[in-house]
Amino acid sequence: MSNAAKTVGNDRANNPIYRRRVWVNRFNLTMSIATMGFGMFFLIWILITLFSKGLAAFGPQLFTQMTPPPGSDGGLANAIFGSVLMVGSSVLIATPIGIMAGIYLAEVGRNNWIASVTRFVNDILLSAPSIVIGLFVYTIIVFQVKHYSGWAGAIALAIIAVPVVVRTTENMLMLVPNSLREAAVALGAPMWKVVLKVTLKAVRGGVITGVLLALARVSGETAPLLFTSLNNQFWSTDMNAPMANLPVVIFQFAMSPYEDWQRLAWAGALLITLTVLILNILARTVFRQKTQ
Amino acid sequence: MDAASTRSFALQDAIFARSTQFFALLVLVTLLAIVGSLVYGAWPTITQVGPKFLVDDAWDPVRSLFGGLAPLWGTIITATIAMVIAVPVSFGIAIFLTEMCPPILKRPLGTAVELLAAIPSIIYGMWGLFVFVPLFGEYVQPALTATVGKLPVIGILFQGQPIGIGVLTAGIILSVMVIPFTASVMRDVFETTPAILKESAYGLGATTWEVMWNVVLPYTKTGVVGGVMLGLGRALGETMAVTFVIGNAYNISLKLFEPGNSIASSLANEFNEASDPLHLSALISLGLVLFMLTFCVLAASRWMLSSLAKREGKRT
Repeated sequence: MSNAAKTVGNDRANNPIYRRRVWVNRFNLTMSIATMGFGMFFLIWILITLFSKGLAAFGPQLFTQMTPPPGSDGGLANAIFGSVLMVGSSVLIATPIGIMAGIYLAEVGRNNWIASVTRFVNDILLSAPSIVIGLFVYTIIVFQVKHYSGWAGAIALAIIAVPVVVRTTENMLMLVPNSLREAAVALGAPMWKVVLKVTLKAVRGGVITGVLLALARVSGETAPLLFTSLNNQFWSTDMNAPMANLPVVIFQFAMSPYEDWQRLAWAGALLITLTVLILNILARTVFRQKTQ
Repeated sequence: MDAASTRSFALQDAIFARSTQFFALLVLVTLLAIVGSLVYGAWPTITQVGPKFLVDDAWDPVRSLFGGLAPLWGTIITATIAMVIAVPVSFGIAIFLTEMCPPILKRPLGTAVELLAAIPSIIYGMWGLFVFVPLFGEYVQPALTATVGKLPVIGILFQGQPIGIGVLTAGIILSVMVIPFTASVMRDVFETTPAILKESAYGLGATTWEVMWNVVLPYTKTGVVGGVMLGLGRALGETMAVTFVIGNAYNISLKLFEPGNSIASSLANEFNEASDPLHLSALISLGLVLFMLTFCVLAASRWMLSSLAKREGKRT
């Protein structure tokens, strides 16, 4: 190092303002790493808890036996079945609605007032408290027919799933370059063909991602099911009657004083978290590539 | 192309446009229906209790007393605690992910933070009640009371029975739940800062922190506030996690170790047991208040984020 450079270096190191700036920088960046550690710490802590407590009660009986009365052995078969049925029907209801509304926002309405207002409302519904959605479905369905039902649960979940599908469909369609649309129109295709056979096809993977994310989102929802499908101790395939479902069973069993119920709740919690995390990772990795 | 097929195309397109519009309007109508049904359900309370509902703290279904102040207070105080913790932590995570993270780790760590948002809220509740609460009550709360609890003014916040459950616990667990939302919005808006702005500051000799604090943050401040509001909207309406750990007591206290109640947890606990029509209606009124509150917060968030997006659109 030349003499001049050395002097500059020394000046800097002795300059109190410079030293302070360097230390402030080091301190804050260390804190930034610490915050990342804070987040990861909770993620790992929760996952470790789930695995250590959930695996203890995990086994084939979980999928073959019904929810037991306290004090006897059992599984979660009726709750798993009820959840699959309700979540499945909610996504089947939400997907076409969400995709059509998404198409309207991205392809048809664009910036007219209906599209702008819908976009705004959709964003609100995306983060609206899910318990309020439960209240809503309770007042319009359960209160009118005077009984809890699987359909009410499925509709509440569908209301939560629709905004997710709308949002991703719209975002994905906006990524399609206009030249693709123009090329299809120039060949004489009507708009519906352009949208369904060209643009929507181009972003198929992205739209599937949206549906998977919606599926993941509603699989773990508990609050809206409390007032809509409630629970059922027995195996039931009747969507018109109260229906067992994993989240509400977990809630009731975890809050109970019985240890065997709590063990089952942990097993259910592990099952539901694994499902949700796997769906999320699938949505983010497998289908992401196809859109790029 | 002959005139007939042109006409039929026009018809097909009109049908297509109308049917997609129908579904878009369905989304719109859902929101109106939610507000309408809540107002309808809350009507008995609105007429019989009136605006006093929001300032009265007596909630006693047996004597038909319905004042919503305690759950409203619990909702606001837990959300405030959550944001006090979540805002600086999310800011740190966003700085880490945009400025310091090695490129190979960016995707996996970003996904890991988002997975924190994917964990269902009931899992947070169970983990909170069975794992976090015992440790918090045994080690952290007594330590807090013995140290910051002795300070004047803010000391009162850290007093109460160290039983683990309570308003502070609910706020801490909420903060972990909203961090991913706030952090990923902040990361996204930080990445909209033009590289030339940051490079100019680095070129003048600014440190990484100075670039973040004096260049990136001012440039993206509306977006950052939007992200914070989004997190706040989530924290206000979160149900299951709070229900497990808040203690479920109608209680207004500055002591954060005391059990309390939030609007969402009152609903989750009481709604199915409520048989008296006025009780039911009072609970629906709480739901209406919650919906109004989150609506305003989320609308503000959306407005701020879209004004940033517009500027972004103009620039490129």
